[in-house]
Amino acid sequence: MAEVSVQQSYTYPKYPFRRPKALDDGAVERLPLVIVGGGVVGLSAALEFAGLGVETVVLDDDDTVSRGSRSICVSKRTLEIFDRSGVADRMVDKGVVWQRGRVYRGEREIYNFDLLPEEGHKMPAFINLQQYYVEEYLIDRITELGKTELRWRNAVTGIEILDAGGALLTVETPEGEYRIQADHVIAADGVRGAIRRAMGLAFTGRTFEERFLITDIRMTADFPMERRFWFEPSFHGGQSALLHRQPDSIFRVDLQLGPDADPVEEAKPERVIPRIRRMIGGELDFTLEWISVYTFTCRRIERFRHGPVFFVGDAAHVVSPFGARGGNGGIQDIDNLVWKLALVLKGEASDALLDSYDAERVPAADENILNSSRSTDFMTPKNQVSADFRQAVLSLSEQVPFARALVNSGRLSLPHHYAATPLTTLDRDHFEGRGPAPGSPAPDAPVAIDGESGWLLKQLGRRFVALCFAGGAGDGAGVATLTKELGRLHPFVESFVVVPDEAVNDKDGLVDTTGLAFERWGAAAGTVYLVRPDQHVAARWKSPPTIDEMRSALARSIGARTGSEGMAA
Amino acid sequence: MTEKLETDLRIARPDDFYEALIETHRGLSDEESRQLNARLILILANQVGDMDILTDALRLARGDAEPDS
Repeated sequence: MAEVSVQQSYTYPKYPFRRPKALDDGAVERLPLVIVGGGVVGLSAALEFAGLGVETVVLDDDDTVSRGSRSICVSKRTLEIFDRSGVADRMVDKGVVWQRGRVYRGEREIYNFDLLPEEGHKMPAFINLQQYYVEEYLIDRITELGKTELRWRNAVTGIEILDAGGALLTVETPEGEYRIQADHVIAADGVRGAIRRAMGLAFTGRTFEERFLITDIRMTADFPMERRFWFEPSFHGGQSALLHRQPDSIFRVDLQLGPDADPVEEAKPERVIPRIRRMIGGELDFTLEWISVYTFTCRRIERFRHGPVFFVGDAAHVVSPFGARGGNGGIQDIDNLVWKLALVLKGEASDALLDSYDAERVPAADENILNSSRSTDFMTPKNQVSADFRQAVLSLSEQVPFARALVNSGRLSLPHHYAATPLTTLDRDHFEGRGPAPGSPAPDAPVAIDGESGWLLKQLGRRFVALCFAGGAGDGAGVATLTKELGRLHPFVESFVVVPDEAVNDKDGLVDTTGLAFERWGAAAGTVYLVRPDQHVAARWKSPPTIDEMRSALARSIGARTGSEGMAA
Repeated sequence: MTEKLETDLRIARPDDFYEALIETHRGLSDEESRQLNARLILILANQVGDMDILTDALRLARGDAEPDS
């Protein structure tokens, strides 16, 4: 990979190196939890822990944010996760909000798609925001919360898994080396991560030979806020091209170069400028911000948990950029892992819960790898018959709708639905395909709380929530009694009643002002959902569960092996 | 009721199908792939059965033939 940075629009913050105490006293520092890597995924972990009241130390080998815009597409689910920490609004305000993609063949549009064709969600389908802004905002929020020690220019160079539990990290700083003994380690140190290499864990999967040019250009253009993808455009010799808008008048251009392109030559501005000129035409002025020529892989390590070490983001799995599944997939790892670790650190769940990180996130990574590989295969046909079928699909897609579904310019990141994992309780009742099934992410909807308009998803997360849907007037009281009983099951369960309208007088209720909450949750009077701290469904019932049913679902979702045991405390 | 050629999506999992289609050709020569495709068309045509629909499909496919290929 070759990279050229010629950036002018963003001023990189420089975070100070502070001399770690262990350098002076020479002792091995003891810590319950260390996050290795202060990129977008490691920072997301620190932020989520802080929101749960857990202190962490983050070790990062650099002293600034992401060098380059890199992962620019921030998905709805990622924003929902960040919204739990109160940092999503700042990102949405700064970011370019988009939901429409257009696909061209040559210069003709063959179809377009809308990633969120309905109202009633707090977060948009996507925003584009340079990774350096995302990381800067995360760091600002982490600093405000005051639960995290960010250690810049602290590079982890070695790890030893200790027989007695925990791991011993070797950390290199500008002023010397020291060691940390940590009970748990989150390896968020990226695709070339030192921890993965030190532990001898290999990535397996596919390597694609095709080279791509990614470049950011700065220009004043009133292009729409849409993702535009070209197959066989005349401005780029028939290879594929992608154009995306970012804040600060910056545009992301992604051009397929073929397998034989010379990465060093192709990253030279004198090679890049004419390519851009052909794409945007002769009239617009532009300057180059960042250039990168790369090939990619779709691979993962076999297991994401290795005793006390948890691999997240690119340290665990890598995908091609088509589909925005790298950064967003990594943040979903954090969403899945952090609440589990927090419960174990607080002694509220056993170590067995942590194994479910592997059980849930390995299939999620495979889903991302599968989608990313298919998009890449479609863009870069490997033989004559693949090229023929692609040609057939593209030509038919202008005439008949079915062929459009086969055009693959990237299947954009969606949250994974955890199927029948050890934590989910299978449905007792028939929901006829409606509402989020156990393991699925909770859908948002507008609700009124104490007469103020708000969002359902904001009421969920960080702890278990029993969400109880009440029917007509007077029904609320009965359900409320039940939910309070459920809430007494365990201190980390809270309950809410969703009522259809203001007529149902429940002062603690969430009022479903638009009917979308009942609709999206497939709910009727008496429907109860148990929602996990990561806003995924643990269990659900069409009529209120017995206390035993609820207790057993809760026990299962925190990794307890049998029925009510584990919740008895 | 007269049947007509369906042009809306009917394939349940289009990405799965497309991958399986390409995968079926893996390791074949161009000639072998052509033969496979010809057999596949006959198999699917027999499944469709209806001559009117087949005629419409033939027209749709022919109408879009690339002039330069």
